[in-house]
Amino acid sequence: MSSQEQTQSNAELEIETEIQSERSDRETRADEPVLEVRELDVHYGDERALQPVNADIPEKKVTAIIGPSGCGKSTFLRCVNRMNDQIDVCSVGGELYFHGKNVYDDDVDPVALRRKIGQVFQRPNPFPKSIYDNVAYGLRIQGKTDDLDTRVERALRRAALWSEVEDRLDESALDLSGGQQQRLCIARAIAPDPEVLLMDEPASALDPIATAKVEDLIEDLAENYTVVIVTHNMQQAARISDKTAVFLTGGELVEFDDTTTIFENPANQAVEDYITGKFG
Amino acid sequence: MGGDGLFEDVDLTWVKRKGTAFYLLCLASSLFGIVMLGFLILDVLYEAALGPIEFEISLTTFLTDPASRHPEQAGYLGAILGSVWLMVLTVILSFFIGVGSAIYLEEYAPDTRITRLIEANLTNLAGVPSIVYGLLVLAVFVNGFTLGSILLAGSIALALLVMPIIIVSSQEALRAVPSGMRDGSSATGATRWQTIRHVVLPAAIPGIMTGTILALARAIGETAPLIMVGAILSAIRLPSGPFDSFGSMPTQIYYWATAPGPEWGHLAAMAIVVLLAVMLSMNAAAVLLRNRYEKDL
Repeated sequence: MSSQEQTQSNAELEIETEIQSERSDRETRADEPVLEVRELDVHYGDERALQPVNADIPEKKVTAIIGPSGCGKSTFLRCVNRMNDQIDVCSVGGELYFHGKNVYDDDVDPVALRRKIGQVFQRPNPFPKSIYDNVAYGLRIQGKTDDLDTRVERALRRAALWSEVEDRLDESALDLSGGQQQRLCIARAIAPDPEVLLMDEPASALDPIATAKVEDLIEDLAENYTVVIVTHNMQQAARISDKTAVFLTGGELVEFDDTTTIFENPANQAVEDYITGKFG
Repeated sequence: MGGDGLFEDVDLTWVKRKGTAFYLLCLASSLFGIVMLGFLILDVLYEAALGPIEFEISLTTFLTDPASRHPEQAGYLGAILGSVWLMVLTVILSFFIGVGSAIYLEEYAPDTRITRLIEANLTNLAGVPSIVYGLLVLAVFVNGFTLGSILLAGSIALALLVMPIIIVSSQEALRAVPSGMRDGSSATGATRWQTIRHVVLPAAIPGIMTGTILALARAIGETAPLIMVGAILSAIRLPSGPFDSFGSMPTQIYYWATAPGPEWGHLAAMAIVVLLAVMLSMNAAAVLLRNRYEKDL
């Protein structure tokens, strides 16, 4: 191993330790849920998009949100990091606690919130910059520019993309395939090390092989992050999630439980119908 | 062999003839413009070529001297420099204000009735006849603020003229940036300013530049507002700066083209060639810029 590599891996180790200590602070609170949703509802103008939702989302687990199109899955997800604030007609009621703090309190800055709760979108949305600059974007924006190379590499490794791009980090991100672009967006989201990762149907625009890669990745991500994933693919939810929330038409959260319970023994008849394909 | 006479009941002759006629009509229409442009350019080139050949107008004098009362001593440099000054000042005056208001309207302004009113008015402003801007500057700046007929006043008129065009084309360029990129940026914890600075503007700048260059290519040929503001029609000396009196390429052409005597007409033709060359290269630059960045998005 050359001395340069040695220094680099030392730097990596340091960051890793630093992050570990951050993490152990968090782990002391591991028993309580990261996100507690209380009577959260959403209106678009006069139209109600989400009935009051109550849910506790556990830390470092994958929570899937499933339901038919237009049932409010994405709307709910966008409430968590207050992306809905950017829609003029959208109004949110109720409370959403992140580590016990209501994110809709007046003293919570949505920009600060989004630095702790990252998001991956349905369609891959890389910036027209190099692969490296895409991943480094959040780090630079947030002023975390020390050991930039190491952090970028670590994010790309966690997103299972490093081996495919390590020798062309300077090339445009737009030259990557759709599946690679989506993993790049995941790397971009996790590079600044948020606690929670929201994913809005991250695999729906991808082919089956790319989907499988992203699914594997999500299970690994749950070792470090709390993942909340919206999907319209029930098999996907069953495969990768620990908890599942089922929304049905009208923006109502009908059932929220362990994934095995939801898929094997749901309490609600409508949920059973939806899961067995009789409805939706 | 079966199938003989299978399509005998289908008669397409007339429909096809109409189709062909329509095709030819469209082709002729599109050729009309090109043929006219071709005639124009050939005619101007011919007239311009006669200047040095028949009237012994020196090309060196033409390109290195200011205008004169004697055709053989008359040059175009005073007008060229006037136009260059005008364009530089026009860009400075209009670009930042224009792009700034486009960013406000696209990225910040809430979708209210007032915003829509402003946008509708900007579109209308883009269609206001240029002489009206000349009148405005004459009344407000030249006479009102007693600036006099200086270069700066001319460029204010041109800046007002191109500003709506720059705003509208910049808005289009900003709108063409996919909203997914803005979402991606703000979900990474970027403020709105960071998103605009690091994601939206870099993606939109080629479009903004293209729009600006096309707007300037229009401004460089504008005659009426400059005459209104009080440009010297024949630039007999070189402008020294923004507060000097000034001539310009189009007003010089206007002056030479209306002067009595055959030599002046050829001078005007030579001047038109220069103006057209400048204008066409600006348009070419805009197209090149667009093509180069189009595939990156």
